Amino acid sequence: MANEYINIPKEKFEFANSDAKLHDEKLQTKARGYFADALRRFRKNKSSVVAAWIILFLIIFAIAAPMISSFDIEDKDDVFRNFPPFVPAIADLGLGILDGSKTVDDYNELEMQILAGIAAETGCDPVIDASNVEEWSVIEKGKPVIKKSYVNVEVNAYYMKGLRFINISREEFLAIQEWQNEHQIQVIYPYVFQQDVFEGVKGNLPKEDASVWYKCKDTKFNARYDDNKEFIPAYCTDQTKASKIPYDSLRIEGDEGDLVYAIDKGSAVRVRVFHYTYYQFKNNTTPNFFFGTDDFGRDLFCAIGMGARFSLLFAVLVSAVNLTIGAFYGAVQGYYGGWLDLLLDRISDILSGMPFMVVITLFQLHLAPKLGEYGALVAFFLAFIATGWIGMSALTRKQFYRFKSSEYVMAAKTLGARDGRVMFKHIFPNAIGTMVTSCALVIPGVISSETSLTYLKIIDLAQFTGTSIGQLMSQGQATGLDSPHTMLFPALFVSLLLISFNLFGNGLRDAFNPSTRGEE
Amino acid sequence: MIKYAAQRLLLALVTLLIITLICFVLIRMLPRAPLPPGDPHTAIIEAKREAMGYNKPYLVQFGIFVKNVVTEWDWGISDNTYKYGKDVAQLFAEKLPATMVVNLYSILLSIPIGIALGIWAALKKNKMTDHLISTLTMVVISVPSFIYAFLIQYFLSYKLDWFPFLMEGGDLFSWKVFWSMIPAVLSLSFGVIAGFTRGTRAELTEVLTSEFMLLARTKGLTKFQATVRHALKNCAVVIVPSIFGEFIGIMSGSLIIENIFAIPGVGSLYLDSINHRNYPIFTMMTVFYTAIGLVASVIVDISYGFIDPRIRMGSKK
Repeated sequence: MANEYINIPKEKFEFANSDAKLHDEKLQTKARGYFADALRRFRKNKSSVVAAWIILFLIIFAIAAPMISSFDIEDKDDVFRNFPPFVPAIADLGLGILDGSKTVDDYNELEMQILAGIAAETGCDPVIDASNVEEWSVIEKGKPVIKKSYVNVEVNAYYMKGLRFINISREEFLAIQEWQNEHQIQVIYPYVFQQDVFEGVKGNLPKEDASVWYKCKDTKFNARYDDNKEFIPAYCTDQTKASKIPYDSLRIEGDEGDLVYAIDKGSAVRVRVFHYTYYQFKNNTTPNFFFGTDDFGRDLFCAIGMGARFSLLFAVLVSAVNLTIGAFYGAVQGYYGGWLDLLLDRISDILSGMPFMVVITLFQLHLAPKLGEYGALVAFFLAFIATGWIGMSALTRKQFYRFKSSEYVMAAKTLGARDGRVMFKHIFPNAIGTMVTSCALVIPGVISSETSLTYLKIIDLAQFTGTSIGQLMSQGQATGLDSPHTMLFPALFVSLLLISFNLFGNGLRDAFNPSTRGEE
Repeated sequence: MIKYAAQRLLLALVTLLIITLICFVLIRMLPRAPLPPGDPHTAIIEAKREAMGYNKPYLVQFGIFVKNVVTEWDWGISDNTYKYGKDVAQLFAEKLPATMVVNLYSILLSIPIGIALGIWAALKKNKMTDHLISTLTMVVISVPSFIYAFLIQYFLSYKLDWFPFLMEGGDLFSWKVFWSMIPAVLSLSFGVIAGFTRGTRAELTEVLTSEFMLLARTKGLTKFQATVRHALKNCAVVIVPSIFGEFIGIMSGSLIIENIFAIPGVGSLYLDSINHRNYPIFTMMTVFYTAIGLVASVIVDISYGFIDPRIRMGSKK
């Protein structure tokens, strides 16, 4: 059969391409550049994309939080310290969140009575949930008595603070009256004297409690009830004791104008205020604390925002400066090589051998006093730069070693390009991808050290930025057992930030590294 | 090999000397602490300062300092209110054991867990287990150690009441002290475990894809046999030095963990020396931290030279 093909007549042949044009077909797909390709591979890495969104969210948080917050970083309060998250508008919805609640292990009946007193007087009931009651009987004076104890009571920490006696100036007294008239919110409550509370009770009177406004039958603050099981007010009605400054403002319900609201105490005025509304008067807003308050009674939401602004800005600045210095240093090292490389290498070796803590300390001790007002901050910044650029220079050096012997560099040199041009016009653009991506991993490192150092109080940034995340966390460490939110929110913020920066940086590094191409 | 090691050691020693010189001069340039008049130590310290050449040029002072350290192990005397008049080297020697014990326990706990997790992740490469372990490792490494410390204090010490909040004083090897150390050891270990896991996984995945593994499998070894006899052995040459490096590194202690758990270690000594501006102690701590860092890097370098001849050959040119 095979020999059939031996003698094929010539005319049976024809040219395969007699009509077709002999040129390459036009490429149908678009050429994809280096960055577009990297971006495509980055998008494939789901965790990095999520991390990028989280970073964006945290940055927006840092910018927006201090603006949204009703408070300033300077708004401190010495009563509402380490208080749980509370936003009255949301608490009213009854969702069980942001209701300022705190759980108290154990309350006896007397303590519950005082809370009930606060609720009856101010209309703000501190008790959210006291359904867990344990009853037990004791023998008192030969008779069994049923005692109640309330376990795991959920109370509103803000209302629970109740009322207090404060001495204020005449001006403030008048200002509160005016504010009360304007907002129709009671701040000053009728004055109560101890002798009225314990009328007819024998024995030593206990330390006064501003929240007790009713008549008591013993010195343990046991209330005396009227026939309707209601408190009997013990308000002061003796006008001779009243302050010389007239009280002409909001009065509580049932007051015909005969109750005394303030007394004179030296040149000051002594009044009984409900701290919750007094706070409203002072700050002209209800306590809206999304994250609760910190150890200074500041809004934690605002404080974290301020700390975060500083951390992020600081980290980006430090990374940018380190990137620049490291790039130049590494470029010179890698490009020239030889004895210069060896010398510069020794210098960076010595610098990198210095423990970072020591560098920070020395900079603080030496530079901070000499640089004036912002000395500590500048010294802190310089210390981060002093040794921070070394990693970047090593990276750049490696890149330059890799590219300096390539053909296009030789071509450029042959054409007469000077060293500077070869370095920054030809080699540098090839190395920049690796360098920029490593920057994304430098930022979390800087944030982490900055937080640790402020946590250890090696440097106190509060005088420049109001606060810092590290400072908030070291306070949270001290107070966190009683009020975990003081540690929870700053820690959550830092952890989220560091985790997402690391994930993001890793994704970016893999995406920009051509050697992993096609592996996914 | 010996030549290479000697070279690296010598280089590290020179670096140490230069760093010490720089820090020493910078510290001596700071204003000196005023001495309390009338204290019995004052005269001694003044004489001591004179003997240490406080009024001579800095280089001479450095010479005296090095001579004292090398010949008599004399690091000076604490010269302000903090531990006034105490011998610095002795103070340091008192603090070192606590740090070392806590860190040793932490390493002992971390090695098996970290390496096991790393091996597991490498064997299940690109499977669900691997992704889970790798992501967790990432998360654990990113979170600062004091957050773990707080979580442990809050849950184990406060809610469950298993451990005391702070480390107790007394004999380091008594049961009571050991028990009170556990929260600190745990908080330290998170990061170390994650570090070992990451290192082991990276190394093992590389070895597992190499050709001798394929040969071992073709020879008829089961996957388990091949992994244990060939892959792990090859991994060990990288992991073991990293353990040494890690151990030496953590001898310097974690400032934060020691601070939180009140461990009477070198970290707290360092912080106190800064807070009290106690320069003799600060100088010694500087040298100590520098030396620790250099020794760790030398060990890692030498072991790499041991593994990869190209590295030690490279240094000969």
